[in-house]
Amino acid sequence: MPAHERLTAAIKAANHSGRPALVPFITAGYPEPGDFINTLKAVASVGDAVEIGIPFSDPMADGMTIQRSSHAALSEGVNLEWIFSELEMAGVLGTPLVMMSYLNPLLAYGFDRLAERARATGVSAFIVPDLPFEECAELRAALEDQGLGLIQLVTPATPRERLEMLCDASRGFVYAVTITGITGGDAGLPADLADYLDDVQAVSDLPVCAGFGIRNADDVANVGRHASGAIVGSALVEVLEEGRSPKAFLKSLGGK
Amino acid sequence: MKSQMGAAEAKALLKAQVNGELPDERGRFGPFGGRYVPETLVPAFEKLEQGVREFLHDAAFQDEFRRELREWVGRPTALSYAPRLSERWGTEVWLKREDLAHTGAHKINNAIGQALLAKRLGAKRVIAETGAGQHGVASAAACARVGLPCSVYMGAVDIERQAPNVDRMTRLGAEVVAVESGDKTLRAAIDEALRKWVSDPDGIYYLLGSAVGAHPYPYLVRELQSVIGEEARQQMLDQAGGLPDATFACVGGGSNAIGLFYPLLGDDMELIGVEAGGTGSGLGQNAATLATGTPGVLQGSYTMILQDDDGQVQETHSISAGLDYSGVGPEHALLQATGRVTYVAASDDEALDALEELCETEGILTALETSHAFAAAREWSQANPGKRVLIGNSGRGDKDMPTLTKYPPRIRKHASA
Repeated sequence: MPAHERLTAAIKAANHSGRPALVPFITAGYPEPGDFINTLKAVASVGDAVEIGIPFSDPMADGMTIQRSSHAALSEGVNLEWIFSELEMAGVLGTPLVMMSYLNPLLAYGFDRLAERARATGVSAFIVPDLPFEECAELRAALEDQGLGLIQLVTPATPRERLEMLCDASRGFVYAVTITGITGGDAGLPADLADYLDDVQAVSDLPVCAGFGIRNADDVANVGRHASGAIVGSALVEVLEEGRSPKAFLKSLGGK
Repeated sequence: MKSQMGAAEAKALLKAQVNGELPDERGRFGPFGGRYVPETLVPAFEKLEQGVREFLHDAAFQDEFRRELREWVGRPTALSYAPRLSERWGTEVWLKREDLAHTGAHKINNAIGQALLAKRLGAKRVIAETGAGQHGVASAAACARVGLPCSVYMGAVDIERQAPNVDRMTRLGAEVVAVESGDKTLRAAIDEALRKWVSDPDGIYYLLGSAVGAHPYPYLVRELQSVIGEEARQQMLDQAGGLPDATFACVGGGSNAIGLFYPLLGDDMELIGVEAGGTGSGLGQNAATLATGTPGVLQGSYTMILQDDDGQVQETHSISAGLDYSGVGPEHALLQATGRVTYVAASDDEALDALEELCETEGILTALETSHAFAAAREWSQANPGKRVLIGNSGRGDKDMPTLTKYPPRIRKHASA
């Protein structure tokens, strides 16, 4: 079974047990590079899949929290090679991993080498927020050669025809951005979110996971009624910054 | 993605460029360019591209644009012969005077063009980024002219070193938003403007100031700035009696350079782009993207960028805020790859010397950005006596007075000639 199908299966398994899948996001090596694997294991024990953020110097789709965590991780010397070697040492976690990275660090690493290393370290799929479908053929091919998926993002601004194309092209799950904006928003989820998520789910054969602006148990439950899973990023990164327990926080959101 | 090319491919691409066939339908200048933007912005970029296709070469739009250039910007700008500089350098030196355009630099050509386009696309408000503040001032003025509210994103470092321009923007009715994230200069300002645009892609028009970013911006900005080279070419024929042997322009993102070079690509002359050499050739000491960078994706475009081995974009240094940028327009990356344009760097010190020399010989206080072009032209002149030189005098230096007061006039070493 290709790795991206295991990711799909993990989300469906959560749904079969009667709850939305929970996909926590952490910035690799933040707040402390030395705690990366322990944090990852803690988060993976509650999450159905884990999204690992690769820090980048110009995170243009991210708000203040992820900007802060990215710059801090970079200043500690975190890079892809370090992340892969940490994952290698950690061994198989049993929870599918997804890497979130802007394109340029992946380009610098080399797509073929990236896909091989990712498969070998338990990564199932990639999310690349500045790589629209029209530009993604090269990376997508390199990933699929290793059985890895490239997850497509859809947004409330995506026209219907494009939505169909993106849902069809996605692997693992479809990432439905909840808001017209950047990550870490605290303005609350939009009123028409249910209709939007229902539309995406109706179009997509894959599970749909919603992300951006999901901060608490109410948000997860709200999103969970209309999507297969919820992605929690900035709120979790803030919990880690404050030195609180990520596991307790994710359990309070309804994690396994 | 690749950026190396053989001689035959380079020749074919140059021919396509001269024939006006680039960018292609995917926004590519050969391997460079493209559109690497968040999914939320894809519909906004498609709308912009459609608007560009519909209006940019439409007769009514062009009439209005040309009228604004003539009656409000003050075009055509003069072509000035520089007799005392020519005597000193031993070449025949001509200056294309974009410093005489309204608001003091070439930036206004693009700003008024895009402001007119924003109106046609039904935008409710305009956002812009600025480095030196010239594009911010031009955007503020153009938005006032067409009646659209304008917010300008500006790095906190630049706000400090370009204080007079911050006041000008505010008086012209724009809101200046200080950007405290990232490197607090132009790159951070663009990131922040993109984040703002993502929040309201329908209502906001993003008035990008240089020939950088995702398609169609590099194309749109080139088309709006090409008036510089079109005028200069005709003026050289009329006033100098022939085209120059070499043409110089400074390059940050590269909008004044592409505007001057593009109409001259098919002519038999050297084209030389001059980047900021800062204080040295090490990573972080300069902003010489083409001279010392490598290919990568920054802010929407595959182009040459200053980055480390991990693909992390590096901070830059230049005495001039307008050149202090880690990327460069993708069309310049192609012009370098095909060899049609030579890109060199001038240091902070060389730029300061050149600025002073132009003041003393021709009574023109040029911008620190522009001074880099003069420094390289002076060096070229020493090796090519008797030749004819055209320099794009892209902006005036009044806005640099806060920086220049830190560097008192040097010994008047040029005045004895």
